Amino acid sequence: MIQLHRLARRSEPYVLAAIVALCLLIQARSGQFFSGNNLVDDVRSLIVPALFSIGCMMVLVSGGIDVSFPAIASLAMYMTDRILLASHYSGSVVLAYAMAAGFGLAMGAFNGLLIAFLKLPTFVVTLGTSSLYTGIMYGALSASASDVPPAIAAHGKAKLFTATNEQLGLTSNMPVQVLILAGLIVVVFCLLRYTMLGRGIYAIGGDEAAAERTGFNVRAIKMFLYCFVGFTAGITGIVRISMMSFADPSTMLGMELTVIAAVVLGGTRVTGGLGTLTGTILGVTLMIIMANSLILIGIPTYWSRVFTGAVIIVGTGVTAHQVGSTRRRARAAAALGGLGGGVGAGHGEG
Amino acid sequence: MGKADRRGRVGRGDKNLLRLLVLLALVFALMAVLRPGQFATAASLNSMMRQFPEYGIMAIGISLAMITGGIDLGVVGTANLSAIVAAKYMLAAVPKGASPAELAPYLFAAVALAVATGLACGTFAGTLIARFNIPAILATLGTQQLYTGIAIGITNGRPQSRLPLLYSKIGNTELFGFFPLSFVLYALIAVGIGLMLSRSRFGTCMYMLGTNPKAARFAGINNASVIMRTYVLSGLLSSVAGLIMMARANSAKADYGAPYTMQCVLIAVLGGVDPNGGFGNIAGVTMAILILQFLSSGLNMFNSVSNFYRDVIWGGVLILVLVFNRILSQRAERRAAARRTAQGR
Repeated sequence: MIQLHRLARRSEPYVLAAIVALCLLIQARSGQFFSGNNLVDDVRSLIVPALFSIGCMMVLVSGGIDVSFPAIASLAMYMTDRILLASHYSGSVVLAYAMAAGFGLAMGAFNGLLIAFLKLPTFVVTLGTSSLYTGIMYGALSASASDVPPAIAAHGKAKLFTATNEQLGLTSNMPVQVLILAGLIVVVFCLLRYTMLGRGIYAIGGDEAAAERTGFNVRAIKMFLYCFVGFTAGITGIVRISMMSFADPSTMLGMELTVIAAVVLGGTRVTGGLGTLTGTILGVTLMIIMANSLILIGIPTYWSRVFTGAVIIVGTGVTAHQVGSTRRRARAAAALGGLGGGVGAGHGEG
Repeated sequence: MGKADRRGRVGRGDKNLLRLLVLLALVFALMAVLRPGQFATAASLNSMMRQFPEYGIMAIGISLAMITGGIDLGVVGTANLSAIVAAKYMLAAVPKGASPAELAPYLFAAVALAVATGLACGTFAGTLIARFNIPAILATLGTQQLYTGIAIGITNGRPQSRLPLLYSKIGNTELFGFFPLSFVLYALIAVGIGLMLSRSRFGTCMYMLGTNPKAARFAGINNASVIMRTYVLSGLLSSVAGLIMMARANSAKADYGAPYTMQCVLIAVLGGVDPNGGFGNIAGVTMAILILQFLSSGLNMFNSVSNFYRDVIWGGVLILVLVFNRILSQRAERRAAARRTAQGR
């Protein structure tokens, strides 16, 4: 019984098994899953949600929630796009990334100020700023789909390699933006595993008061988190429009739900303290494969929202069930080891 | 967020109501002065009374969930699904060219079906939160997707229109030639829920649960049952809102009123409901609804103001109110602490 519980505690094996099973099912029904171009297409649609999911996971681990990142990404990319178009910019795409990251950082910092310093509830604050940012985009900037500057368009056409499906004569390009995702994963992996800041994020999610007494600067950590979410959201905005090669202000709005669902599915605990990068990426992968293959396995697209809802409910249900069993263990550990039990449980598997 | 600062907030209720009343009067006066002969007229008041009940009733549902320390983001999905179930039934069952007398039982059945759908949706959300311990935010984010998804799925995303005219005719009746039926429904619900919160045992249990679930349990309250009943009630209210929406538009659509969720959370917070639970009343929520409706109807009378500025205003007001309430409660807390040290000496 105890061993079963221990196995059941980690979600990554389940998610991985689900991915493998799903891949085999799709392959069996359509025969097209393991073709090169389908795999490249799946990676292609994975990039943006995966970029979003990393910041989202870190906020959830700290015990908060952020629903404003699609709004931040949209406004940041739209402002960047308009400024660069208006100034007939023809230089490198790096400036576009820097500008969008800067705008995103500023918007994230605003969230952070309200949450870290005024201690306002994270969900309501980010719901409010989300409405504020989209309102500025549509109201003050009267946003509508527009062109992208040549630098971003060229960046969007760049490819690492091309995969061809001999059977159907289809080709798919692996976009260079996948390198940005790889870079972010490496940075966040090191940050969570090897730095005090990373430990702090897990610690405040496990028990904020205990983390504060242990000497973590809770305010600074929270401020960093929401700034980081804004920063990565800005970059993600540029990634998105470069891959679409036009700037559609509405393209990312509403993605918060699928991203949060994917992160939770990957084993991140919404009450804070637990969550891994591996699980998050696996969760996003599962969501994307499912979303991309609904038609292949015979589910009409009209039902795709039912499917997102069901995934959120089942995913959170499983994690909530795990919280129940871990809490009992944590209590036992705390009784044995005093404060150490609480903090130790908070760290989880980084 | 901290539980300790609650002490300073007790007794803030009356002051909060007074502040809201002043704000309400200010907004009304401002609009009446800026748009003379247009805003403060019987016709415009009548049209406002038609607009707010549908989201007002959902705002009451969200407020109830927030008072218990949760939130119900599934209200709009529940309302749309209830309306669509009723609309599908009417479209399928009502014979062509039926006389009003023949129609009546079908309309009753449609209303009953909508209410049953709302109750079922609420029961499902309540089960997820109370029995499976899923945090309310995520459970109801999920149910919102699920209900909207089912509504899209069973209609293939198409609006259900050409409903029997009698239905919207009844829905748009005006009492004494002035008060729309939906407004009367809102008033009845507001008074009923207000009394339930302040006078009934269940109301007290909701506040206690929202203030401190652990203490509530030790006080002998069955928390799971209180949560369950709260979300069932919220589902019931949502289905009533769905029926009103269907009467107003004479059709039902799966993605109708998507911005209402955000607006309802804003109303609850503006009306003095604490997002952490334990505080809030229907009088405050009603005033917040009226403030928003005055603002929104008034802004509509300015041609230069884009509809999208409403998002900015809603978001901005929500954050300002949060900050304002926070600073007030911090000050009250500091004063209480000073008083305690003074007494200690």
